[in-house]
Amino acid sequence: MILEALQNNTFINLSYIFASVLFIFGLKMLSSPDTAQRGNFVSSLGMLLAVVVTLLSKEIVSFQFILLGLIGGGAVGAIAALRIKMTSMPELVALLNGFGGASSLLVASAELFALTTSNLVAMIAIGIATIIGGVTFSGSLIAFGKLSEIMPGKPYLFIGQKILTGLVILLLLLLLFQFCSRIFFAEILFGFDWINEQYALILLIALSLLLGILLAIPIGGADMPVIIALLNSYSGLAACAAGFVIGNNVLIVAGSLVGASGLILTNIMCKAMNRSLLNVLFAGFGATDSSSSSGEGKVQGDVKPINIADSYLILEAASSVLIVPGYGMAVSQAQHSVRELGELLQDNGCEVKYAIHPVAGRMPGHMNVLLAEANVSYDVLVEPQDVNPVMDTIDVCIVIGANDVVNPDAREDESSPIYGMPVIEVDRAKTVFVLKRSMASGFAGIQNSLFFKQNTRMLFGDAKESVSGLVSEFKS
Amino acid sequence: MEMMLLLFVLVLSIFLGFELINKVPSTLHTPLMSGANAISGITLVGAILSSGGDSSSITIALGTVAVFLASLNVVGGYLVTNRMLRMFKKK
Repeated sequence: MILEALQNNTFINLSYIFASVLFIFGLKMLSSPDTAQRGNFVSSLGMLLAVVVTLLSKEIVSFQFILLGLIGGGAVGAIAALRIKMTSMPELVALLNGFGGASSLLVASAELFALTTSNLVAMIAIGIATIIGGVTFSGSLIAFGKLSEIMPGKPYLFIGQKILTGLVILLLLLLLFQFCSRIFFAEILFGFDWINEQYALILLIALSLLLGILLAIPIGGADMPVIIALLNSYSGLAACAAGFVIGNNVLIVAGSLVGASGLILTNIMCKAMNRSLLNVLFAGFGATDSSSSSGEGKVQGDVKPINIADSYLILEAASSVLIVPGYGMAVSQAQHSVRELGELLQDNGCEVKYAIHPVAGRMPGHMNVLLAEANVSYDVLVEPQDVNPVMDTIDVCIVIGANDVVNPDAREDESSPIYGMPVIEVDRAKTVFVLKRSMASGFAGIQNSLFFKQNTRMLFGDAKESVSGLVSEFKS
Repeated sequence: MEMMLLLFVLVLSIFLGFELINKVPSTLHTPLMSGANAISGITLVGAILSSGGDSSSITIALGTVAVFLASLNVVGGYLVTNRMLRMFKKK
């Protein structure tokens, strides 16, 4: 009796509405630091509710395969989430995006085989869910490969790449049209009578996987935050399209919320680089060595190295210090030593702030996560637009493994590829320490005139070792 | 008509999404992304319906793989987001 009431479609649909409300509140709460943790919990309750009422549905006749998938996937997900190192977070996020996309693709394909009556709307939805899901999956795998350094992180470009990408998109659209209209040109033109929806679906999957690869390989390491945010958006849109396939509102609401949030993040990342999304996606920024043409002749002056003992003397006398971390801090895992140095400086009566550029690192918020892991309070983290106006009052800026986000050329040199990008204007501080392995230029091969400025001192070596060295100077 | 209703829901929720997450501090960019990613695992609902339905074995097989991937996405996404957010403290 009670079970029957629970299996009632009205009850199930009301529960889906409630689950959507929980997602909306959860996301809202996720966007403010004080409520974020509760927000994530609220949204997970929404997910639990949606899954449980779906399991109650009358349409489900056997549970063994569902349980297999739920337990297996859940266990792998839990182990990965709890064991992953914070420095590997970008890879994990990329991979999870990809699995979400793949799952939507599979839901759409499964639905095609289950389809009893042909129906135009369902076919369009299946086609679109397959394309977005496929692009998300293969694009995320490439992003994962680049982030985990299984693949080279450099942009990969070849002649005719844009043409090939365009061609693949055109073919996909043609195939989608055939798929929905059931007018198969190959059948009409060449008499291939074996071409049907199933084969068309396989072709569709293959082409969308290819498109995902083509879109992801030209993206260089420093542009990764944009592509990760974009793939995040795609994974939501794929779920949304899957919602149209099975005619389910909760998928549409949840999927489009994720799609929107991913797009907002993508937009923030693009603005932080002063580039359009199209430029990020297709320019293969940094593939060509732009410094050889414009940089070498232009950059004048000497690099002034400094050692740890001398840096300590300057830091010891400083009353305000700004720490600017970049990808180099993540690579050498220096965040804990950096926090220690920050605390020692504070004990010494110095004001310490951390300036975080939105695109520093390999994913949106990468530096914030690392510093949070090292126990740095989030209220001492500041954004470029807040710290730039008071830059002249800062005694020492310590740039740790950041390069392009502190490049003064973005303001001074109109011929620079990054001209116009909002940067952290560290060169206006009284003294700048740049912690760097060597003089090799950054990801884009763009020369950084910061290194040659009068007030800049280069502290060469591994970031972690240099910072630890400073820490032990303070302690002794 | 049902199609129009679904489209209606789609358009409204996209606008809602933009309004909802309009101003997010950069501290929360990663957790917002991974938390949103966990929500996109909602496709699990569709996967469950395919995997446990009364249909051909190919649908069940595809559905089961989808359930596996989506639950990985959901469980992994929520747990890792929670793990990150626990570290975000004001001291």
